Amino acid sequence: MKDWRYWIAEQRGALLAFGIFLVMFTIYTSNHPAGLTANVVQTASNKGVLLAFVAMAQTLVVITAGIDLSVGMIFILTNCLASWLVVGTPAETALGVAAVLLAGLLCGAVNGAIVIFGRLQPIVATIATGAIYFGLALLLRPFPGGSVNEDLADALTGRLFGVLPASLVVLVMVVLVVWVPFRRSVTGRAAYATGSSELAAYMSGVPIRRARFAAYSLSGLLAAIGGLFLTFFTYTGEAAYASGNAYTLFSIAAVVLGGVSLFGGRGSAVGAIFGALAFRTIGDLLFVFDFDPLWQPLFQGVVLLFAVSLGALALFRVRNRLEWFG
Amino acid sequence: MAGTVPLFRMEGISKRYGGVRALEKADLTVEPGRIHAILGENGAGKSTLIKVMAGVVSPDEGRMTMEGRPLVFASPAAANQAGIASIFQELSLVPELSVADNIVICDPPKKFGMIDRRAQRRIAEAALARAGADDIHPCALVKDLPLSRRQMVEIAKALARRPRILILDEATSALAAADVARVFSVLKRLRTEGLALLYISHRMNEIAELADECTVFRNGRNVATYAAGTRSEHEVVELMIGREYSHVFPAKPERDFRGATPMLECRNLSWTGRLNDISLTVAPGEVVGLGGLDGQGQRELLLAFFGVLRGMSGKIMVNGRAVRITSPAAARGDAIGMALIPEDRKTEGLMLPMSVRENLSFAALDRLTTAGVIDRAAEQRMIDDMVKLLAIKTAGLDIPVGALSGGNQQKVVIAKWLMRQPGIILLNDPTRGIDVGTKQEMYRLLRRLADEGAAILFYSTDYDELIGCCDRVLVLYDGAISRELTGSELTEHALIASALNLAGGKPGVSPGAAA
Repeated sequence: MKDWRYWIAEQRGALLAFGIFLVMFTIYTSNHPAGLTANVVQTASNKGVLLAFVAMAQTLVVITAGIDLSVGMIFILTNCLASWLVVGTPAETALGVAAVLLAGLLCGAVNGAIVIFGRLQPIVATIATGAIYFGLALLLRPFPGGSVNEDLADALTGRLFGVLPASLVVLVMVVLVVWVPFRRSVTGRAAYATGSSELAAYMSGVPIRRARFAAYSLSGLLAAIGGLFLTFFTYTGEAAYASGNAYTLFSIAAVVLGGVSLFGGRGSAVGAIFGALAFRTIGDLLFVFDFDPLWQPLFQGVVLLFAVSLGALALFRVRNRLEWFG
Repeated sequence: MAGTVPLFRMEGISKRYGGVRALEKADLTVEPGRIHAILGENGAGKSTLIKVMAGVVSPDEGRMTMEGRPLVFASPAAANQAGIASIFQELSLVPELSVADNIVICDPPKKFGMIDRRAQRRIAEAALARAGADDIHPCALVKDLPLSRRQMVEIAKALARRPRILILDEATSALAAADVARVFSVLKRLRTEGLALLYISHRMNEIAELADECTVFRNGRNVATYAAGTRSEHEVVELMIGREYSHVFPAKPERDFRGATPMLECRNLSWTGRLNDISLTVAPGEVVGLGGLDGQGQRELLLAFFGVLRGMSGKIMVNGRAVRITSPAAARGDAIGMALIPEDRKTEGLMLPMSVRENLSFAALDRLTTAGVIDRAAEQRMIDDMVKLLAIKTAGLDIPVGALSGGNQQKVVIAKWLMRQPGIILLNDPTRGIDVGTKQEMYRLLRRLADEGAAILFYSTDYDELIGCCDRVLVLYDGAISRELTGSELTEHALIASALNLAGGKPGVSPGAAA
């Protein structure tokens, strides 16, 4: 077999998510009254990046065969924090952004430390820390409010050179600056190895703890970038419990749509991003076809089931039933 | 190098697990440029010895030195750094990563802080070539490779670390005969390059071919070290088990099965190119062996009988009646009464964290249940019978089955199926990685089950076993039966010749004629 075939086989999940997104987005734009304009793309991008960031955050943890049920709450907490800190002069704003990102990183690091050193199940540990993070968010913003540096917010949610949505550019930059180095680093390789077979990884002298810790910490950082963008879109901070939970669950849906294995060791953040964008486009599709928005959750569920079934189609071709359990 | 300071030495190493002494003041000296074989029954302390050397467990007492300098390992990585690489019985490969990723996993080449993929590819290709496995593509995922290829990757991975001491723990147990030959030539080359090799195997012929010196372990101690070839096989076995050791294989009864209605039969069985037009019969009371190189369709054939494969063509008959077996549940049912002892007891045979008791009764639960409630008393009676019948050594029925030794785990797998009193017993290489004593018990058990009327189809990678246990051996090659050997034809030479499908193996029995 040629090298590229192996590459395709490895990226199948991400390519499938990309395909689903492309089909849905094409249907959307071709039925949109305005068609494919810079404005439409910008709106779609701004809607999509929030979940994309949170889904990336989830991906990192899922790769290590863990799960992070606190990503949505880190997202909400950093939103509330940003509505206090990301204000004032450019220097103050920059400091505020740094502080918010650091807070996210810290939240992730706490998750990591509990899972690694406390030896708790990730699912239990992050339910608990998620509740704590939401509690902190509530203390910061008992009522919706606050503000954000509007120049920065408008710049990052607007367009570059009149065409490129700035939020999309930031997303791509984050992929290049955070994801790609992680994927190519020894730590990233170790994260995959840990998720695939922790025992084999340990026996091979792979830095398991470092990999886990990095995955959880970076996950917090990515969720914080999402939280910042939420603030840029809404200009306020709000400790919205339902929204935090929804983002957590949708991030898992996006990750699965994007071909990341919940058993760990397989998939990429790029796949998860397309999974997130596809998931978001469902709502837009309902909009252009004039459906009542009430239908949205139902349709999201149907599309998710359908997409996941596509990934499972291969099971029907299995001639050896033992492979069902592999 | 000074003759007085050995490359590696361990002195007075002891290790206890709870009350069990795994190692008791064990000594070992390893010299460069030599292959040192370690022999001993399972539970003799070999595995613990290796784990201590590989940094997986730390000893309770004793010291290790490398060229006179003391060594203490905090982790497997530390042992790697010191130049000790090990190939474990339980494979240490990461299934979702590629072959190349796995080969460099201990110390990936880096450029600007990231993994240098080109260098990684080069290293992987070189290591695969050095291991004599350059037919494996470095981009393939490990989980897509068959067991024997994974083992070759494992060897390549160890070599990529450029070790000074290489430990091979049952490294050839999963290998096809052709691969074993290649591995042996690789190991001999490494010896001339000055590497110290520690070789653990249950296969005496391998040790006879490779080893320069041998150390025998028994009950956690090294009981003897001798230059290879100075002790007879008989003496070595005596040292290992410390008891008189007469007939390894039970006598085969003189019987002619040709007239009997076969209990298990298949005609023209084919499946996706992996099984090609296979026809065979097994009579009640008969032990039929499946031979050949590993991966020639033996495993698939057993799975086909057990209802695991889909899209097969051909016919399966039980007691002369055509049947359709669609799942393992159907295969074990009363109408068919089949049992399969799987290849990998840890994944396919046992639920490791669950208790011995639970594991034993899994396959027979339906028979122990009235109105959905398990009859605990009946369960206990059956379990007691089995523990006695197979002489399973366990500290209790309620400890996790994973805590038993390999041989006893395998006994549990077999006992679990015997509780159903199956008429047809399929075995997939059941003695791999099992000590001599347990093997012998297993051979006797097989013969006894056959004498009681069971039809047994027995796949083994060990030629001695096929010769000693089977009434008849079918040799598979490329998914088809290439030859049938009975009686005096059943020799090691004939087995190997027909496994390799050599012209010397006589024209094969045409598959259709076997029915």
